[in-house]
Amino acid sequence: MKKLILLPLSWLLVFMAAAQVSFPVNGVADPRTGVFAFTNATIVKDVNTTVQNGIMVIKEGKIVSIGTGAAPKDAVVVDCKGSYIYPSLIDVYSDYGMTASQRPAGNFSFFGPQQFTSTTKGPYNWNQAIRSEINAVDLFSTDESKAQPLRELGFGTVLSHQKDGIARGTGVVATLAKKKENLTILKDKAAAFYSFSKGTSTQSYPGSMMGAVALLRQTYLDAQWYKSRPAKEGVNRSLEAWNEDQPLPQIFEANDKWSDLRADRIGDEFGVQYIIKGGGNEYQRIKEIAATKAPFILSLNFPEAQKVDDPADARFVALSDLEHWELAPGNLAAFEKAKIPFVITAADLKDSKSFWPNLRKALQYGLSEKAALEALTATPAALLKISDKVGSLAPGKLANFIITSGNLFSEKTVLIENWIQGDRYDINSRINNEKSGQYQLVVTGPGATRQYNLEVKNNSQATVKDKDALTTKFNSDGSLVALSFSLKPADKAPAGKKDSVFEKTQAGYLIRLSGIDYGTTWQGVGTDEKGAAVSWVATLVKNGVTGKDSAQAKNNPPLGKIVYPFDGYGNEQLPQQETILIKDATVWTNEAAGRLEHTDVLVKAGKIAQIGKGLSASGARVIDGSGKYLTPGIIDEHSHIAAFSINEGAQSVTSEVRIGDNLNPEDINIYRQLSGGVTTSHILHGSANTIGGQTQLIKLRWGADDEGLKFKGADPFIKFALGENVKRTAQPMGNTRYPDTRMGVYEVLNDAFQRARDYEKALKSGSKEVRRDLELDALVEILNKKRFITCHSYVQSEILGLINIAEKYGFKVNTFTHILEGYKVADRIKQHGSNVSTFSDWWAYKNEVRDAIPYNAAIMQKMGLNVCINSDDAEMARRLNQEAAKTIKYGGVTEDEAFKMVTLNPAKALHVEDRVGSIKIGKDADLVLWSNNPLSIYAQALYTMVDGTIYFDREQDKQKQAHIATERNRLIQKMLAAAKGGAPAVAVKPTPQVVLHCEDYEHAGGVLTVDGFDL
Amino acid sequence: MKLAFYILFFFCSLAAAAQDDIYPAKKQEGVIIINNGIIHTGKGAVIQNGSVVIRDGKIQKVSEQPETISGATVIDASGKNVYPGLILPSTDLGLREIGSGVRGSNDYYELGEYNPDVRSIVAYNTDSRIINTLRSNGILLANVIPNGRFLTGSSSVVQLDAWTWEDALYKADNGMVLNMPELIKPLRSYGPAPATDPVKEGMKKVEELKSFFAEAKAYANASSKQETNLKFEALRPLFEKKQKLFVTADISRQILVAIDLAKTFDINVVIVGGSDSYLLADLLKQNNIPVILNALHALPTLEDDAIDQPFKTPAILKKAGVLFALNDDFAEARYRNLAFLAGTASAYGLSKEEALQAITADAARILGVDDRAGSIEVGKDANIVISSGDILDMDKSIVTDAFIQGRKINLANKQTQLYHRYREKYKL
Repeated sequence: MKKLILLPLSWLLVFMAAAQVSFPVNGVADPRTGVFAFTNATIVKDVNTTVQNGIMVIKEGKIVSIGTGAAPKDAVVVDCKGSYIYPSLIDVYSDYGMTASQRPAGNFSFFGPQQFTSTTKGPYNWNQAIRSEINAVDLFSTDESKAQPLRELGFGTVLSHQKDGIARGTGVVATLAKKKENLTILKDKAAAFYSFSKGTSTQSYPGSMMGAVALLRQTYLDAQWYKSRPAKEGVNRSLEAWNEDQPLPQIFEANDKWSDLRADRIGDEFGVQYIIKGGGNEYQRIKEIAATKAPFILSLNFPEAQKVDDPADARFVALSDLEHWELAPGNLAAFEKAKIPFVITAADLKDSKSFWPNLRKALQYGLSEKAALEALTATPAALLKISDKVGSLAPGKLANFIITSGNLFSEKTVLIENWIQGDRYDINSRINNEKSGQYQLVVTGPGATRQYNLEVKNNSQATVKDKDALTTKFNSDGSLVALSFSLKPADKAPAGKKDSVFEKTQAGYLIRLSGIDYGTTWQGVGTDEKGAAVSWVATLVKNGVTGKDSAQAKNNPPLGKIVYPFDGYGNEQLPQQETILIKDATVWTNEAAGRLEHTDVLVKAGKIAQIGKGLSASGARVIDGSGKYLTPGIIDEHSHIAAFSINEGAQSVTSEVRIGDNLNPEDINIYRQLSGGVTTSHILHGSANTIGGQTQLIKLRWGADDEGLKFKGADPFIKFALGENVKRTAQPMGNTRYPDTRMGVYEVLNDAFQRARDYEKALKSGSKEVRRDLELDALVEILNKKRFITCHSYVQSEILGLINIAEKYGFKVNTFTHILEGYKVADRIKQHGSNVSTFSDWWAYKNEVRDAIPYNAAIMQKMGLNVCINSDDAEMARRLNQEAAKTIKYGGVTEDEAFKMVTLNPAKALHVEDRVGSIKIGKDADLVLWSNNPLSIYAQALYTMVDGTIYFDREQDKQKQAHIATERNRLIQKMLAAAKGGAPAVAVKPTPQVVLHCEDYEHAGGVLTVDGFDL
Repeated sequence: MKLAFYILFFFCSLAAAAQDDIYPAKKQEGVIIINNGIIHTGKGAVIQNGSVVIRDGKIQKVSEQPETISGATVIDASGKNVYPGLILPSTDLGLREIGSGVRGSNDYYELGEYNPDVRSIVAYNTDSRIINTLRSNGILLANVIPNGRFLTGSSSVVQLDAWTWEDALYKADNGMVLNMPELIKPLRSYGPAPATDPVKEGMKKVEELKSFFAEAKAYANASSKQETNLKFEALRPLFEKKQKLFVTADISRQILVAIDLAKTFDINVVIVGGSDSYLLADLLKQNNIPVILNALHALPTLEDDAIDQPFKTPAILKKAGVLFALNDDFAEARYRNLAFLAGTASAYGLSKEEALQAITADAARILGVDDRAGSIEVGKDANIVISSGDILDMDKSIVTDAFIQGRKINLANKQTQLYHRYREKYKL
């Protein structure tokens, strides 16, 4: 029945769609002007203007007028009494009408086969993930199966693009009308899109987050260079398109709070303000997010409750995930509160039907209806510069609007129709109208008229509200209505006529009614409980169902607090710098003064202010150091914590990538290492390639953002690597990337520096033909002693090889790291002038470390080298003091010299010995108070401070652990209650701990540790 | 002290270029007396100024004063610590030479899921360069296990001073090794959810194993049989309780399944790994299931876990009365830091003697060699280590002498030889 009614309508729409000027008509022309007048409506023109009891007239797909008064004579009048009219919604982050991407995104695998150049045919960019030449308008085709669900949500216009690649080309603005593409497109190139994900690109590069950043930066430079049409580049359609698209709104899919900031920084560098597609966790860093000044695109894809019934499973869900589940619906409210402009997208939802429930949840969490409406109408229109067409209701604009049964955001409101370009699309229209409301039901039978209150919940649920009424059955298809209900038996069953059913149910016979829906009244006939014919009429008394509208009932559930970082061990308030007086400690100064017994150290304004006996300072926090040991903080020369990616291994030379572009300030290992006395870490690129990426020196300021972690003012470094890893020895499929031998490694270096030297010369010549090359820029810095190398190295031949290269090109290898055969060529390293940084006792994990010996550090130290002991391991870094102690066991290094290997010596190797590494007045107050001799295995760090701020306090840590337990329990109970209450729940998702490393070693990191490359 | 150390090196590595001239020691001749040492028995007792008399490879006497026997070799251990030889309870030592990239050097991981017949001992390479570096850190016995996908075969205990694996054999086939499936739900990731539930898959595998065991047990009970099944034959000692089942299990669900195996088949089960064992300490105690704790120097399982959780797990097990040993399975340093794991356990709640017990006497009990090894007691094999300082603390742990079955072993290794070689180069 329903089909029969709908059919003529769809036929009509198709017919209208075909009525286009240049297209021939197969049959008789049927031109229409489509004049409609919508009367008696509450018309919300925009967030600030509402016309009560108004009339809106549309013609030929556009709005003609909005106001009050009578409908024009040539209009079809649509009575909208009790209804609201809103502008149709706009989604700027859609892929409506696009073909799906071809293959799932492949991540770089250290052992995977490599593809060095793009396989895209044609005059396009060298990198397959730069797809600026793609224009969504060329790919666009209307797709009713995708349009309908969006229209049902209230959307009328979308900005659509192919979500594939790092530069994704342009998007097209189209309506969701069921028309030929020619007529639905409102703007063909409306915005340009970018992301950090290379999508279907099969090319190996970039294989990391920092590689994606570098590729974007290089492409900005390439595009600039391309403007002068360099002969060497020929035709590059990708770069041409890139340049053409720059004036458009630039939209960046970042999908995570840190990536948002990362994207914004790229924008800042090249004078672009991106519109950023966020990831839903921005509320965790809203201050930083606001500072981007970017408008945001936000999804309503909130995390689902997990099935945490089984404690064995629940144990593996981290508190941070539980908290995010609870707090994520507040993301939009956080944006509104921070006055950050944003729009809302229906993208990312697993089921589009969750759009409205989730939006209402966001309202419950404090988002205002005004902001929500703006984010779905005016703001997206303004961002796309299509406010003249859509986003509000005004004469001249497109007739894109929705008719609703009430306030758009109320839970009980029903979307009745969505009109797009003047065409009507039924959602829950008069034909297929979802009913809800209170009706007065009058049943007129032989000799009696009975009245009942009928409460209709929806088209299949209704209740006759009467003290005598029992069960009600109801069904409506929007047009035909059937209703039956029973009454309490007025009297017993007729005597002598046993009726088991009657007695069992204790119910009377049913009154059965059927009829037609005439809108606010229903009318029909039926039979009463005695079988007599009746007639009936039901009249709408009140729209909607009584009871509380949960969207309006703003409950303020107790929510978890946002902590920095967003982790069980985070702090509500960032730890503050304090004036601290440590009294009566044994102070290991690492200076000429040596060890000072019973000594006080005063810390002020982040610096070591005084060292002496009997010190006092008013207002200082006093820490009793008696029987304890105060040392400078540990410095780890070789670490891979606190980053989202470590290896850009797709090419042998990747000096353009920067660890600093992808710091992860929420890595729990920062906190764990503070508990081991570490205060400064040198975060290195991995060892997958000969010339790796630029490194980042950080201080372990737990809770700071990525910029806040950086050790400001330190000299820039870069990671190099030699030997088996860069030859890809362990690759089971064999290696196809040059080099495959140490001979080749040498030539990679030789070639890179030769190119750098030639490049520098060309740059100096001022020629416009020279392409700015980020890779070579970094190498030129090395040549000019403005950037310094720390080189992963093992065997003597390769050590000498790099020294030879350095001497040939006139620079010094600053540090050899790992350097397990350093003891064999310590004299030569000394002559060259490098620092060395090694493991205490690792060996035999591959062929090139067969000759590694734990006496290495001792020999090199006795040969006069500046020796560091490093971790290269998130676990071992918390015991670096013990690793240093092993040099006493293996080779008889003195205690003082041993401890310097993890403090002062790395400070020297990293050129920051004027700031850290010893306890000296004026130096940074990066200090550790130990319970015992810091070289003993029995020593525990009691306090660890960075810049005079206590970031680790062993007593406080116990409180944190207790807090984690309480908070976990609260959230798990809440999740259980939510699932019980009918919230959709998904299988438990154990939270992985991503541990990144050189790709050399695998240290046990707990059962949930995953290699960074797995994600 | 330092000087003595260097002199030792000198003699050990005189004219040496490779470990090939580090010879296994000859059978003990005569009597050896260790006098004036601080004797840690491995079972909690400490004897100040004690002495140990060694004859025919056995401990003949432990006393609280110096001993004199004419003709005896006397070792003055004044100010030094005397310990039972340390025991590495679960390792691929001698099976895995070069960690990666040199496939030919590895014999620790066999193909197939059901390999109960596979025996680690037959591939144990006494000439491995790794072995001697453990001895010089006090490790004198090791339980060598075969690795693999599921039921991987039997382990054997070896002593670390031998010409061949037959010489090295200390206790044959003491354990059968089972790698428990993961039993953990798919991790949160950005990719699509996997089609299968690893918990269900894992439990299916466990059910298969139970059928396999049931058949093997029935086979063992049969009075006669037509054909010999080598795999079932290999399981016979397990059902006769002459062998223990070493089950690699970390999380509680795995451990519970392991306990179930012990009950169902009436076999002795040992948990290997046990990172979450502290959560089930009472249950382990009730069921008399011992634990070999792997990698104490590991990150906590979860970001929410106590930052020092692995470190304090031994103290929790101790308090609950669970029998446990510590194991160093950290491949990059090659298992030589066993003593320091005990040191860490001691820093986080165990007494030093309790920590020592977890790498000596209790390890011996779990491996089934406590009749001969693991403690300094009369009648035991003279497996003894002398250290100049606290062996649990790296800055003092310098082993000066070691005896296996009364044989004074050479503490040099390839690394000390290279050390000597390059001190020679630089005249250090």
